[in-house]
Amino acid sequence: MDALFQIIWFGCFLIVMYFLGGYLERIHYKSIEKREKELLYFLTAAEEFIPRDRTVVQSFFVTGSVVISIDYFKRVLAALRSLIGGRMLAYESLLDRARREATLRLKEKAHLQGAHMVVSLRLETASINKKKIQASIGTIECIAYGTALILDQPLSSSAT
Amino acid sequence: MILTTIDSVPGMHIVEHFGTVNGSTVRTKHIGVVMVAWIKSFFGGELRGYTKLLQETHAQALERMVQQAESLGANAVVSVRFATSSIAHGAAELFAYGTAVRVE
Repeated sequence: MDALFQIIWFGCFLIVMYFLGGYLERIHYKSIEKREKELLYFLTAAEEFIPRDRTVVQSFFVTGSVVISIDYFKRVLAALRSLIGGRMLAYESLLDRARREATLRLKEKAHLQGAHMVVSLRLETASINKKKIQASIGTIECIAYGTALILDQPLSSSAT
Repeated sequence: MILTTIDSVPGMHIVEHFGTVNGSTVRTKHIGVVMVAWIKSFFGGELRGYTKLLQETHAQALERMVQQAESLGANAVVSVRFATSSIAHGAAELFAYGTAVRVE
C-alpha cells in the first residue's frame, strides 16, 4: 500500500512538473523570439568579417552567459529515452535555449555599448551541475563571446 | 587593454608579440545558492545564481590574463579564447588564453 502511495505521489509530482516546466519553457521561448526579432538587424559573424566600405573606430570584447536547467519531468523522460536510444528532444530544446539566450545577451550588451556588429563569435558550453550519475545531468552553462565593433557609420539592412 | 577574438586589432598595427598569456579560475557559490539552484532545477529555467557565478568566473579569468599581459608590457590581447572543464560539482572552471601583443 505504501509503495502504491509512493507511485501515485511521484506520478502527481511528475504531472505538476510537466505542466509547470512546459509553461516556463514556452514563456522563455516567447521572450527569446521577441528579443531576437528586435535585434535582427544587429549583425553577428562567426568569422573575422569587416565590411569593406566601413572603417572600424573601436573594438572591444563582449561576453554573454547563461545557466539553464531542464525540469524534472524532462529529466525522467530523457533517462527513459536513453534506454531506447534516439533523439533526446528534451535536451535538444535545453541546448537551443541556452545558446540562443547567451547569444542574445551578448548582442544586447554589445548594442548597449554602442557597437554595430559582433565578429568572431564563439560559443562555449560546459556542465556545472555534473553528478556521477549520467542521467541526472540537466544543467548547462553557455558562454558566448566575441569582438564587438564600432563602425564609422551603421550598417544598413541592404549592406548586409 | 584591448581584447579581441580575431587575430588583429582593427585599425591598428601589431608591433610586438609577447607570446601566449592565460588566466584560469575555479569558483563556486555558497551552499544557499546551490540549494536554491537545486530547487529551481525541478521546474527548469534559468538558474540566476549560477549565471552570476559564471559571469564572475569569466571576469576573473580575463582579469588574470590581462594582468599577465600587462606585466609583459603588452597593451592588447588578440585571439582570446575560453575553455571550460569540470573538476568539481557545482563549481565553474574557466580558462582564458590569448596572444599578448603591443599595438599602435
